[in-house]
Amino acid sequence: MTTDWSTYESGSAYDELIGASGAARDAGARLARYLQKLGNTKLQRRQEAAERAIAEMGITFTVYTDGQNIDRAWPFDVIPRVLPAAEWDRTAAGLRQRLRALNCFIADIYGERNFIRSGRMPESVVATSGNFLPACVGARPPHDVWANICGSDLIRGDDGVLYVLEDNLRVPSGVSYMLENRAVMKQVFPEVFAEQTIRPVDDYPSELFDMLASLSPRPGDDPEVVVLTPGIYNSAYFEHAYLAQRMGAELVEGGDLVVSDDDCVYMRTVAGLKRVDVIYSRVNAEFLDPEALRPDSLLGVRGLIRAWRGGHVAIANSPGTGVADDKVVYAYVPEMIRFYLDEEPLLPNVPTYLCSEPDQLQYVLDHLPELVVKPANESGGYGMLVGPHATHAEHEKFRQLVKANPRNYIGQPVVQLSTVPTLVEGGFEARHVDLRPFILQGRDTYVTPGGLTRVALRRGSLVVNSSQGGGSKDTWVAED
Amino acid sequence: MLSRVAERTYWLARYLERAENTARLISVYSALLLDLPKSTQIGWDVVLQSSGCGPAYAATQQNGSGADILSYLLHDDSNAGSLLNSLQFARENVRTTRDIVPNEGWRAINELVMYGREYLPKATHRRQRAQVMAHLLEKLQSITGLLDGTMSHGQPYQFIMLGRNLERADMTTRMIDVAAAVLMANRPELQLYQNTLWMTVLRSLGAYQMYRQYVRRRVRGPDVINFLLLDADFPHAVAHCLSEVTGALKKLPDSGEIVAGVLSTRAELHLIDPQALDAAGIHQMSDDLQLQIGGLHEQIIAQWLRLESPA
Repeated sequence: MTTDWSTYESGSAYDELIGASGAARDAGARLARYLQKLGNTKLQRRQEAAERAIAEMGITFTVYTDGQNIDRAWPFDVIPRVLPAAEWDRTAAGLRQRLRALNCFIADIYGERNFIRSGRMPESVVATSGNFLPACVGARPPHDVWANICGSDLIRGDDGVLYVLEDNLRVPSGVSYMLENRAVMKQVFPEVFAEQTIRPVDDYPSELFDMLASLSPRPGDDPEVVVLTPGIYNSAYFEHAYLAQRMGAELVEGGDLVVSDDDCVYMRTVAGLKRVDVIYSRVNAEFLDPEALRPDSLLGVRGLIRAWRGGHVAIANSPGTGVADDKVVYAYVPEMIRFYLDEEPLLPNVPTYLCSEPDQLQYVLDHLPELVVKPANESGGYGMLVGPHATHAEHEKFRQLVKANPRNYIGQPVVQLSTVPTLVEGGFEARHVDLRPFILQGRDTYVTPGGLTRVALRRGSLVVNSSQGGGSKDTWVAED
Repeated sequence: MLSRVAERTYWLARYLERAENTARLISVYSALLLDLPKSTQIGWDVVLQSSGCGPAYAATQQNGSGADILSYLLHDDSNAGSLLNSLQFARENVRTTRDIVPNEGWRAINELVMYGREYLPKATHRRQRAQVMAHLLEKLQSITGLLDGTMSHGQPYQFIMLGRNLERADMTTRMIDVAAAVLMANRPELQLYQNTLWMTVLRSLGAYQMYRQYVRRRVRGPDVINFLLLDADFPHAVAHCLSEVTGALKKLPDSGEIVAGVLSTRAELHLIDPQALDAAGIHQMSDDLQLQIGGLHEQIIAQWLRLESPA
């Protein structure tokens, strides 16, 4: 049986592979033909092969509430998401621009605060941010870059435009799955890669290492770079180990590190203490140092902030970076780009209503059933209201929540996420996707070609998080 | 190299070796039990003692039937020394050292655990058992070969060598001890099967063929003990294991004192005269050796693996 695209239906959403006319879009034309020729039965077999490979390669993610069974196989769909190279190049430029502006903003917030002084953002946004760390005021990280690794979430609306939904600047995860997805696809569909030019993603670990090395306080020497993990029970432990392995860096836990009297950081090795230059931290910033930050933290290293402020060690991302990872601050990013870079934003934000502003609050309260309402500081899709899918009681619950703490909420129109054909029993169906590219900034900047495409595997669902029924797809930036 | 990582590679090697030893033991006894008449009263409880799980099993108050002991050894969750748990612990140790163990090693161990989870519960049936044990042995040896062939023989690898060889030496002394225990029971009907017993000891350590080749005498207790303790070249002989341990130690920092201790243990092996030992003497001798191997383990932990001191 061969695949017939004429019966494929993506509703009002923009489909990434099949255009409104029912014919494949240019960048995906070869893929669509290939899938058609292969047919469902063979494709199902490839899907099974991919799942077997994932189990054997031990690609897993971790779920907190799963009791002893902390490893779950990574849900994966074999039909890739294709992006045209020309579009991607414009997008990548927009992502670089955005991260540069965000870094100017963070440095400004912990420095002179010109953005606030010039009246572009109220002081209260920072004062009430849960992620502002007073211990970081006045610090000057290398190259004045605070956010070295950023995972921005992009979504495509029914107008076909890619919007930035949020900028993850704390400890964004997912890049290892982007790399492993490609490895699985090459194993399962070698012939497709042979026929078509798809931009490789493999160089990410070496780009990451070079970026981290560029932060070393001891330039010239071979810098000692380590990956700091909260440990095996963290949901992204697989990724921490994966990146450490690919970079040839030590994977350390808080207990492996110690800050000595000279304010330098050392790790405990079989040959005694060894100096550490750069820490790629996958521990939430507030847990990094019980001396300067949360005193109850068992994950951190006493004195680490002292060592960092003294310039004896670099930490990526810098502690305090989270102040810009806030959905209220997000609304100001286009203005930041104009203010700091004197450029026009290349990528649009999703329109955002700030409940901290009285007139916008009123709009949100009047339109709850049409809006998505999100807490400013949460991640992972938790604690949000999707107006059109919620009950009247939920609307009222959020009305009270928002009124009680307006600073903590924003409202956005529902964006109809774009879709990609996804394998289901008996054929294809459209499933909603987002995209998380990864952007690095140290001495230089780098953007992954494509990124991690997350897919909501349940029909009609817009929730792509792996902890809530999401899966992923390989992402191809296809040369024309 | 981080002390924590060193400790995990050390345990990785111990668990891999333990799994291999257990698989071979079960496979050899499965064959042996078919040869022995019931009157010898040799059964799976002997294997239980050899594997060191005897006291733990007794505490579970299970019924002691052959099938019961076998599932305890193969896949019981509550048995820290079960074959499946050895595989799973090995995997956990790789999972937490994935930054230094070659990726193929992780993949192989991961596959092996998946295989074990599916097939070890089925291996209580005699017909499946041989096949499953053969598969496990082959895969475990290929992992050993893979680590040897693709991992740099730097510090991390030396901790693998330490773990592997200490576990081996420990197993060898335990196998000699079990033979002694059976002989100490001194039952007349066993006299006929003394040869079979010592051959089984050799087979359980994968030593039968090499014994034949290098000792060139019929299988006798004292010769077997001599070979298993003193042979410098057989991988499971205690003397050989200690030489490997010495070699690994010398590549680690500040190892002088521990090396001296191992060398003196190895020298003392030559003072043992198996001809002069009765069953009780053999038991005492293997007990002493096991204590010394245990002491060496403690020294390694204290010297490199537990660095609690603040800067």
